[in-house]
Amino acid sequence: MSSVGAGYDLSSTTFSPDGRVFQVEYAQKAVDNSGTVLGLRVRDGVVLAIEKPVISKLAVPGANRRILSADRSVGMAGAGLAADCRMVVNRARGECQNYKHFYGSAMPTEVLAERIASYVHLFTLYWSVRPCGASTLVAGCDQSGGERTPQLYLVEPNGVVQRFYGTALGKARQSAKSEIEKLDLSSMSAKEAVKAAAKIIYQVHDESKDKQFELEMTWIAPETDYEHRRVPADMLAEAEAEAKAAIEAMDE
Amino acid sequence: MPHAVSTGTTIVAVEYAGGVVIGADSRVSTGTYISNRASDKITPLSDNAFLLRSGSAADTQLVSDYVRHMVHQHESQLQRPIDVPTVANLVMQIGYNNKNALSAAAMLVAGYDAATRQGHVYAVPIGGTMVRQKYAIDGSGSIFIYGYCDSEYKDDMTREEAESFVAEAIALAMSTDGSSGGVVRLVTVNEDGIFRRLHAGDKSVPRFGEEKDVHKDLTDKANAMQT
Repeated sequence: MSSVGAGYDLSSTTFSPDGRVFQVEYAQKAVDNSGTVLGLRVRDGVVLAIEKPVISKLAVPGANRRILSADRSVGMAGAGLAADCRMVVNRARGECQNYKHFYGSAMPTEVLAERIASYVHLFTLYWSVRPCGASTLVAGCDQSGGERTPQLYLVEPNGVVQRFYGTALGKARQSAKSEIEKLDLSSMSAKEAVKAAAKIIYQVHDESKDKQFELEMTWIAPETDYEHRRVPADMLAEAEAEAKAAIEAMDE
Repeated sequence: MPHAVSTGTTIVAVEYAGGVVIGADSRVSTGTYISNRASDKITPLSDNAFLLRSGSAADTQLVSDYVRHMVHQHESQLQRPIDVPTVANLVMQIGYNNKNALSAAAMLVAGYDAATRQGHVYAVPIGGTMVRQKYAIDGSGSIFIYGYCDSEYKDDMTREEAESFVAEAIALAMSTDGSSGGVVRLVTVNEDGIFRRLHAGDKSVPRFGEEKDVHKDLTDKANAMQT
């Protein structure tokens, strides 16, 4: 070994002398380089939005989705390696099915988020696997009594779960988060949040680095009967048009 | 096999306007011998749901022990009281996954959910069936009271009506069924909590032919139809 403190980043089973696990931190870097992902938990629902870079002009619009459903009313938006995101969502689907089969009711979002976290955490414990290069936003709307409670959780590669009113991941997470902080999420409706999310994604998009992107957006709201659905095309187009107009107005 | 300890039984559960009333007799038989004349076949599964046991005492006690364990774990994780349908589903899962090991036993799950202000009655026999019903009866004594229950059950009864419906149904079954007897145990679950009552095997328990008003009404009805 050339110097003290070097060589500790090759395995997730060894701590560095100052108590870090570098492999897990590198997995987080994979997430941080991803297209921006946004989650807003508002009064009556949850909105997930993602800035998906267009890799090729030949790519089919709307394909290669990054926001997927884990259950009828659970949405998951993944940042980081697409394949790792898919793996996590597949696991989440299994957990939801299993829970519903055993308990006869839909899985509470918190329980799901914790189980996903336990799953990705396993990948930080053994030398034979690499950590999961994906963070996921888990959105749900739990039913307790007649009430629906919107929920938003973040699951990180290190196995940490956090509950949020709103958060952002990926390249422009910092500026996106400070934009989210300006919103009054607790009084906002899901319909308004769709527009707000579109606006933020367009606002934080760095045109000098990534030219083309596709805005992918889903929601769980009274309008969707509290199921996780894609935002309808006309509504998305309207939100995008408004976002573009607002940004042009700001530039002037 | 020597005679198994069996709760040759009458169990009744009914949903009413503000909760549920459940009841059971108290006889436990080992063949012809009554090994317990004052047992409790109404077993709590959670703070708000009960299991009414009939059939093999050993098997149904084991089921209730497992379910109580799972309910405890589930409530610890969710940090809220479990729903009655979920409790019933757990009983069903154990009954389905062990249908070859458990001897035939009919169980009823009943309880009240404060969150939804809703009473629930489920019939959950071994095998994996689970059916929500407005009222349910089971056990060896139940065959004698189908007629009584069919004619006397009403939707949205008051608590008092529901309690006397259940008490009377069990008392009638006890008077005819040799494997049902002892005392009538009643539990009412509603918004205000859990209320246990007991009718000792004295004059407060009617027998066929010397029933109280309800049966006098029935006899009158029957006589009226004949004339």
